[in-house]
Amino acid sequence: MVNKPLVSIVSAGLSKFGRLDGMYCRELFAHAAKEAFDRCPNLNPIKDIEALFVGHMGESYEHQGHTGPTLADWAGLLPKPAVRLESACASSGVALRTGILAILSGMHKVVMVGGVEKMTHRTTAEVTEFLAMASDMPFEQWNGITFPGLYALMATAHMHEYGTTEEQMARVAVKNHHNGTLNPKAHMQKEITVEKAMSSKVIAWPLKLYDCSLITDGASCLILAHPDLAKKFTDAPVHVIGSGQASDAIGLYEREELTTLKAARLAGQEAYRMAGVEPKDLDVAEVHDCFTIAEIIAYEDLGFCGSGKGGTLIEEGTTELGGKLPVNPSGGLKSKGHPVGATGTAQAYEIYLQLTGQADERQVDGAEIGLSHNVGGSGATACVHIYRRD
Amino acid sequence: MSENPPFTVSSFYKFVSEKRLMAAKCNECGTVLLPPKPMCTNCLSTNLKWIELEGAGNLLSYTVIYIAPEQFQSIAPYTVGIVEFKNGLRLPGMIHGVDPEEIKIGMNLKVDFETSKASQWPEWPRYFFRPI
Repeated sequence: MVNKPLVSIVSAGLSKFGRLDGMYCRELFAHAAKEAFDRCPNLNPIKDIEALFVGHMGESYEHQGHTGPTLADWAGLLPKPAVRLESACASSGVALRTGILAILSGMHKVVMVGGVEKMTHRTTAEVTEFLAMASDMPFEQWNGITFPGLYALMATAHMHEYGTTEEQMARVAVKNHHNGTLNPKAHMQKEITVEKAMSSKVIAWPLKLYDCSLITDGASCLILAHPDLAKKFTDAPVHVIGSGQASDAIGLYEREELTTLKAARLAGQEAYRMAGVEPKDLDVAEVHDCFTIAEIIAYEDLGFCGSGKGGTLIEEGTTELGGKLPVNPSGGLKSKGHPVGATGTAQAYEIYLQLTGQADERQVDGAEIGLSHNVGGSGATACVHIYRRD
Repeated sequence: MSENPPFTVSSFYKFVSEKRLMAAKCNECGTVLLPPKPMCTNCLSTNLKWIELEGAGNLLSYTVIYIAPEQFQSIAPYTVGIVEFKNGLRLPGMIHGVDPEEIKIGMNLKVDFETSKASQWPEWPRYFFRPI
């Protein structure tokens, strides 16, 4: 039995994702907020929205901290309380969950949640260094281990334990690049082949350029309302029916296993239990494909297949558009792009479009139940949300 | 260095400068903490002692890093891995003295210590792994 809503999404907005020269976090977020306001004419933002929770990872990129009130200002939401949440790549998944907690607490009836990151004005070396801050400094960063390096360590272990291949990982990239061509807001708009992915330059063996998500600018937001108020604002809300979050050791080396993210398994179990749904009930999912191996591991952690079977699942086409469970119809972090702090609520934005029939060429027909899976760092934070249409 | 410095990462690296691989052991429940922590995360006791690890173990996983942060660019590509010691404790680190093509999961590696000290904060000496 599908359980009752925790909160309802009454609107959502997304900036263009890509290299957006001269646009910084505040402007990117204003674009996302404007789309959400325009989509919901029955809502009076400054009157109805009571608080802002926004995910943002790095103040290093723009030498700008204190993001909460800055973004509230540019979104026209002053003097409403505004808080920036940092959980690496899960920053806005956590912002979504915090917005849910705020409404369930009874303190607020309507809140905005979202996320933003500006990255492309920095060199690859600088971005590599800033992203590495989400890993363990004394043992991982200090030994020169980069973010791709951490996921490469998981990939090597997964290949050794389960026979997962570099070609299976490349197939994740090919699928998500195809989906990205159907999403006008995606950073990349081009098809790739397995051969091209396999022959791209090595970043951290066995991960190559096309195994890695993109350095992208972008912002995303959702407007959440108490379920009793949702119909005041829209005829077609999307309900959040499950929310799970868990933590694990910051260092990959401290975790029980290298081939699974325990925090993601626990967050998924909590979200499924709260929602009253099982993996077989899902129609569409957005998972955290920061690297291709991460999508394969996500299939396993979320129960789309058994442990070690993720490589087979991608080969069988189950997760393609038109397959039994389309995963990352937006193009995912791989092709839509990964403006770190924006990703969690950008995933929710795609599920909102899918469950309200607004996903155009990439629409999963008749989608009723969706899931988003947002991972921080190499897996020390994981956030899973489950949604259903009204 | 005295045998009872505070149970911190900084103390771990002070021991590394003496070519010693040290962990904290809880006197109450026996849990060994690597990295060392001021409180046992199993039983929450602060009754701890330092123990020296042999530093030999098996390679759990590895990667060769080609795109490196600025401070490591001059040595890229370089190999890093996670080594599991005999008591189940693990550390990540660079692997020296073996070609990437020769590296195999499960191979025996031993911790060794660099003689030079890093010039930038936090100025810790580095340990690394090499074949036995």
